[in-house]
Amino acid sequence: MPGITREEVAHLARLARLELKPEELDHFAGQLDDIIGAVARVSEVADQDVPPTSHPLPLTNVMRADEVRPSLTPEQALSGAPAQEQQRFKVPQILGEE
Amino acid sequence: MTTTTDLVSYEDALASYDPVMGLEVHVELGTKTKMFCGCSTALGAEPNSQTCPTCLGLPGSLPVVNATGVESAIRIGLALNCEIAEWCRFARKNYFYPDMPKNFQTSQYDEPIAFNGYLDVQLEDGETFRVEIERAHMEEDTGKSTHVGGATGRIHGASHSLLDYNRAGIPLIEIVTKPIVGAGERAPEVAKAYVRELRELIRALGVSEARMEMGQMRCDVNLSLMPKGSEKFGTRSETKNVNSLRSVERAARYEIQRHAAVLDGGGKVIQETRHFHEDTGSTTSGRTKEEAEDYRYFPEPDLVPVAPPREWVEELRAALPELPLVRRTRLLEEWGISATDMQAILNAGALDPIVATIEAGADAASARKWWMGELARHANESGKALDELSITPEQVARVAKLVAAGDLNDKLARQVIEGVLAGEGTPDEVVEKRGLKVVSDEGALTAAVDEAIAGNPAVADKIRGGKVAAAGALVGAVMKATRGQADAARVKELILEKLGVSEG
Repeated sequence: MPGITREEVAHLARLARLELKPEELDHFAGQLDDIIGAVARVSEVADQDVPPTSHPLPLTNVMRADEVRPSLTPEQALSGAPAQEQQRFKVPQILGEE
Repeated sequence: MTTTTDLVSYEDALASYDPVMGLEVHVELGTKTKMFCGCSTALGAEPNSQTCPTCLGLPGSLPVVNATGVESAIRIGLALNCEIAEWCRFARKNYFYPDMPKNFQTSQYDEPIAFNGYLDVQLEDGETFRVEIERAHMEEDTGKSTHVGGATGRIHGASHSLLDYNRAGIPLIEIVTKPIVGAGERAPEVAKAYVRELRELIRALGVSEARMEMGQMRCDVNLSLMPKGSEKFGTRSETKNVNSLRSVERAARYEIQRHAAVLDGGGKVIQETRHFHEDTGSTTSGRTKEEAEDYRYFPEPDLVPVAPPREWVEELRAALPELPLVRRTRLLEEWGISATDMQAILNAGALDPIVATIEAGADAASARKWWMGELARHANESGKALDELSITPEQVARVAKLVAAGDLNDKLARQVIEGVLAGEGTPDEVVEKRGLKVVSDEGALTAAVDEAIAGNPAVADKIRGGKVAAAGALVGAVMKATRGQADAARVKELILEKLGVSEG
């Protein structure tokens, strides 16, 4: 059985940009343990002859021709933006990375 | 950024260490539409006018892969001597950064479409170096950020950023080399030669114009040093987005010198990304590299696997064009020139113009002569590339033909080329307007020759006496009298004929 630690939950929270309180870290560690444990049961029934699946339909090579389709107008594209400027999405200062 | 970085001289660095490089090149494909949606990829559109729910990552939208994008990826893989996956998937690379509105980039992780290949590259002296290819995989480009409020328009000190997602979703092929070892002091040169060969290859395939100055091809240079004799790789730095051939070479060279200084001082190289600065040729620290697992790659559930049928792959293989190195080797033999000559032609960007000029009817030697001489000089003086000059290979071929037919001599031909470059029209129009025809009227020439002999009796006597070399003075006199428009070789023939001497 996996044992999800508090530190791992804190790390995941950071990657997901979630701010968690100390008691939440413990809370979610337990919950994540349960979830991962439940999912892990699949490997008990899936033997070597069952390949991992990432798509429920047995399809391959679904492609489209390289033909231009209409885009949204800039107004439509920006209609859901919390802030905009110069016909662009305006986002807060980006820290620490480039 | 006032901190100075310690550097060891390049020679000293190489005396103690062996460089190991890994090159990651991103190529933006020239498809009409994006990788996973039908939005146009045309350049120069107004901001956010080429987006849709799919490339904006809006709920409920579904991506569908671009067939031409997949085909281009396979052709690149084949040209790089790679194996092509029988079955592969896309993966989500998760990260929070506003250049991707989806909060993930659709990429490939452990199942690249092409893997295990190589590219032979040629160094300046003609020596060939084999660069092993780890993989080539399909992914998508990010949006374009503009940082507002910083003093220099850069991210540092910016108050906010503005995003244009027209570029988000444009197909990218990322080509990754295996560690390049054993290049020693030539490592920076190998890096440059590799990126150049790859650019030629991409262009020959016609999958992208691969213009580095326009960001259609960008290179990340991974570099580490290990003490000479060691086989254990050192810690690497990753210099991002190095956007010219010259910069690739400079960045590798700089990092060799910087790493050596850190290691010589007993320090540890930090695994991080670095930014290259064109103006100073130096790199500065970027962010500490996130561990790969932090991207939490997982198979993309919205796209089905790509399983290129073998017949398709073989069809694409059979239809590959002649690859650049093969073509250069063939032309080198056909033209009877040295590897150094060919390298000079390549460096001048003259290969395609020369080939086009020969195809338009010029002989190989004249085509080379004009492009590498007169035209290269013009390009140099005007700061243009050869293919940006306002003369076409067909026009150069026409000039060469006029020379071959004896209608122009080299001196007049240069004036014709000058006229064409100055926008005076086609070669024939310039000849007409400037009155540049070689005087081929034997009567006029004979008269000029007679006059020259009569005017220089002493020289004429010397020639009669067997001093053929003295004919030069009379040829000069005739050329002067005809204002350079005579065929010098024919003039000499006439002089010798008149004086009853035969050459040789």
